[in-house]
Amino acid sequence: MAIEYLGLSEINGPMIVVEGVEGAFYDEIVEFGVGSAYTGGAPVEAQQKKLGRIVEIAGDKAVIQVFESTADMSLLNTRTRLTGRPMEIGLSEDILGRTLNGLGKPIDGLGPVRTEVFRDVNGQPMNPCTREYPRNYIRTGISAIDGLTTLIRGQKLPIFSGNGLPHDELAAQIVEQASLGEDAGAADGEGEFAIVFAAMGVKYDVAEYFKRTFEECGVSSHVAMFLNLSNDPVAERLITPKVALTTAEYLAFEKNMHILVILTDMTSFAEAMREVSSLKGEIPSRKGYPGYLYSELACLYERAGIVKGSEGSVTQIPILTMPNDDITHPIPDLTGYITEGQIVLERALHQKNIYPPVNVLPSLSRLMKDGIGAKYTREDHQDVANQLFSSYARVGEARDLASVIGEDELSPIDKKYLEFGTAFEQKFVGQGRNENRTIEETLAVGWELLHILPKEELDRIDTKILEKYWDDAS
Amino acid sequence: MGVKGKIYGINGPVISIKGNLGYKMNEMVCVGGRRLVGEVIGLSREETTIQVYEETSGLRPGETVEGMGNAISVTLAPGILKNIFDGIERPLEVIAARNGAFIPTGAQADALDKERLWQTHITVQSGDFVTEGSVIAEVPETKSIVHKVLLAPGMSGEVVRTREDGEYTIEQELVVIRTKEGEERSLSMTQKWPIRIPRPVAKRFPADRPLVTGQRILDTLFPIAKGGTAALPGGFGTGKTMTQHQLAKWCDADIIIYIGCGERGNEMTNVLEEFGELVDPKSGNLLMDRTALIANTSNMPVAAREASIYTGITLAEYYRDMGYHVAIMADSTSRWAEALRELSGRLEEMPAEEGFPAYLASRLSAFYERAGYVQNLNGTEGSVTIIGAVSPQGGDFSEPVTQNTKRFARCFLALDKALAYARHYPAINWLTSYSEYMGDLAAWYGEHVGSSFVYCRNQILNILTTENRLNEIVKLIGSDVLPDDQKLVLEIARVIRLGFLQQNAFHAEDTFVPMEKQLKMMEVILYLYDRCKALIDLSMPMALLRESDVFEKIISIKYDVANQELDRFEEYHTMIDAFYQHLIATEG
Repeated sequence: MAIEYLGLSEINGPMIVVEGVEGAFYDEIVEFGVGSAYTGGAPVEAQQKKLGRIVEIAGDKAVIQVFESTADMSLLNTRTRLTGRPMEIGLSEDILGRTLNGLGKPIDGLGPVRTEVFRDVNGQPMNPCTREYPRNYIRTGISAIDGLTTLIRGQKLPIFSGNGLPHDELAAQIVEQASLGEDAGAADGEGEFAIVFAAMGVKYDVAEYFKRTFEECGVSSHVAMFLNLSNDPVAERLITPKVALTTAEYLAFEKNMHILVILTDMTSFAEAMREVSSLKGEIPSRKGYPGYLYSELACLYERAGIVKGSEGSVTQIPILTMPNDDITHPIPDLTGYITEGQIVLERALHQKNIYPPVNVLPSLSRLMKDGIGAKYTREDHQDVANQLFSSYARVGEARDLASVIGEDELSPIDKKYLEFGTAFEQKFVGQGRNENRTIEETLAVGWELLHILPKEELDRIDTKILEKYWDDAS
Repeated sequence: MGVKGKIYGINGPVISIKGNLGYKMNEMVCVGGRRLVGEVIGLSREETTIQVYEETSGLRPGETVEGMGNAISVTLAPGILKNIFDGIERPLEVIAARNGAFIPTGAQADALDKERLWQTHITVQSGDFVTEGSVIAEVPETKSIVHKVLLAPGMSGEVVRTREDGEYTIEQELVVIRTKEGEERSLSMTQKWPIRIPRPVAKRFPADRPLVTGQRILDTLFPIAKGGTAALPGGFGTGKTMTQHQLAKWCDADIIIYIGCGERGNEMTNVLEEFGELVDPKSGNLLMDRTALIANTSNMPVAAREASIYTGITLAEYYRDMGYHVAIMADSTSRWAEALRELSGRLEEMPAEEGFPAYLASRLSAFYERAGYVQNLNGTEGSVTIIGAVSPQGGDFSEPVTQNTKRFARCFLALDKALAYARHYPAINWLTSYSEYMGDLAAWYGEHVGSSFVYCRNQILNILTTENRLNEIVKLIGSDVLPDDQKLVLEIARVIRLGFLQQNAFHAEDTFVPMEKQLKMMEVILYLYDRCKALIDLSMPMALLRESDVFEKIISIKYDVANQELDRFEEYHTMIDAFYQHLIATEG
């Protein structure tokens, strides 16, 4: 029987200090029994249970971060019990189809999840020697992604968005179409597909939207949803992505499934970290975020990948809303340095009524170069992508010039670029919410647009490929 | 054994012990029952502060902290090359074989294989007098590199007896020497060296020969000297890692130490796979045969990330002492600086700019100063070149890490977002980059490449600078109103950008270009400029010149002329002449 400590020394938001603790270890999970208040020192009848984690130890003093609200807790009415374990989650395949809270407790009223194994949610770093370099692409049916920032199985590719932009729709469309596409992934058809969805501090409507989407496209029996809504406790939010990723790793590497993880919204996660760090009295670095923001984010994002010898994979699509649409803000900035590319949504395109409003220029998929081409998609894919990027970059220059000297004064070639730019945004980037394009269709649109420009301007395409695909007639 | 203490406080990777028990500064310690590796980083009468190189989850107050008596060190012996280590020289392949796909806390493994037998040739005989740096044995470590077993710094004496040539492990006795004091010392292949202390050298030479990389913008415009330092700053997605990979693959160093410091796991896997397949053009062996990787990915413990660049440079200095030219790719020094910041925050030190500790600059300079072209203690020459990637926050070069690096690195290769967006690779901005080595290297270029090299290079840079100035005007009024000679500058600058500066890392011919071809390419471009200028001076309109496909032909020289067909450049000069004559004949 474990010892229980009666009473606390300090409560400060979600942080609690207990003194006189013996044998506690760093990162240990503690249970609080909270009774009704003012017992005047008499034994407390525990009426509620709460969980917390030891975040700092100094001698016999432990600083504990409580995952739930500290309302109702007083310095007198609380018993603290050390569990002797780090934060764990009980897992089995039955977790698919369930809805759980941010700590992994079911909230769908269907009772507890059957548990085969317990896993430490902190995970362990994957050994670079045992990683398999990701090469198989996932067809999302969205031209801006498939054509220019191809998503690779085992990649972490975030969506950088802003408030009011349709990032949720885009993520939902990726889930729908990637899960439907039988030919998603070139080589292997084996391995079941499942989704782990973690909501951190999102609005109820957003969670509900995803839930409905999963139901509508018939995948809800293959989804594990972890919900920490915006009014749920902040400290719980810090654990939510870890619980979700532990589930994903278990399903991928022990049950050989292909897992797509959606994490939304990473900004809320980072805000929660700042809040807790500030309460702990830590020295802030950039914009008040703690110095370990990079390491913490990395410990989440790096949990995507493929392990040699396992058929499963973890692919991550984190969503984050850039505060004030600023891509240099610490959260998108640090994320961009960890993830393998990013898909950037832009307000100006959204205002032009283009869906999905992907600004392709700052968007990038680092793993794309190894997952496309003759072996995977088509031989001309890389060249077409390079040319579209390069030409679209030139469109920006032409538009800048037009805004100064007027469109009429532009040279004929600059006018061509303007025409190309508009067509590119409408036909290539823009597509229907339910439109699912094949790679061939995407590349065909690309070639069609390049025909707007004179052939000499296509300096990024290998001469042989240009000869083969250039149609003089059109 | 060393001092033993008990854990008092734990905060992330930093632990404290009450009282001063006699630990030494920077001493290596083993923490707790799982014997996690740590280092003493602060001492006071009240408290000893230790940073732990592993995840501290599960540590309890009261667990033992045992001092190991020596500073945190790396093991130096054959077996370093072709290997992959974490930030404190634990072999990741061995850990993978023992512990599977994930790295558990407290994983124990010897840095180098102690069982393996190496074919050894003893190079000294009894009676020889050996001093620090003397080669006592040679071991073919990989197909490409002969490992020279050196006498450790500070040691000297007379060889008393030696073993026969044969197969030995790294710990077996090879040679016994008698020191001046008359003591007998048994020597094996293994040495230990503390990572934070530079290995001694006899003297330093000025940097007067380049590290040839085969990358046109580097070799021609912004060369790096052997034994020099270069910083490679760029926001995310501008191609830092790609450029480092290219340099690691193609530069003419004998040995590459690639440090993945706080970067992506998949990237390290990619290096591992690619270098294990790619053939080194010089030796015909695998690139991996001359490479050692240090992978401390972003999710591995932060204190080990801080140590990783010191581990890397110590390995580099060791091979330099054997007389090799070593290049270090440190990707990325910003992650290292952030590790410093993170640890500094945990120690509750007073932050300076942007939360970085005030000693950031001195730590950075101490690191970059370990580069150099030197005469080793044994009289051979060797060099360590450092190429450090910098990941500035928000892509803003005014942040502390970039600014401080700029003070200590002599070559600054600024990667540019706009170029990367347009997929102009390598995205090195030719206006903001610079190399202080050009002056020192001019003599070498004159002697080894061609007397016109530096002249051509300056001309090319001139045209690019002029283009930039003209572009300012074009932005305001459009290019049509420019006089024809300025339009020509824009056109030639375009040829330089597309045909010379842009280089395709995935193209078989273009990925590496020898110096001679670089010079010939510049000469052709400048010749074209010269002829066109002559035509413009005869008041021919630029529009007429543009009708010819000569510009496009020059641009695609990089693909069309193979690296060994240098005589084909004659054809291009003839083509330009024909173009000139044709215009004179028809229009003149």
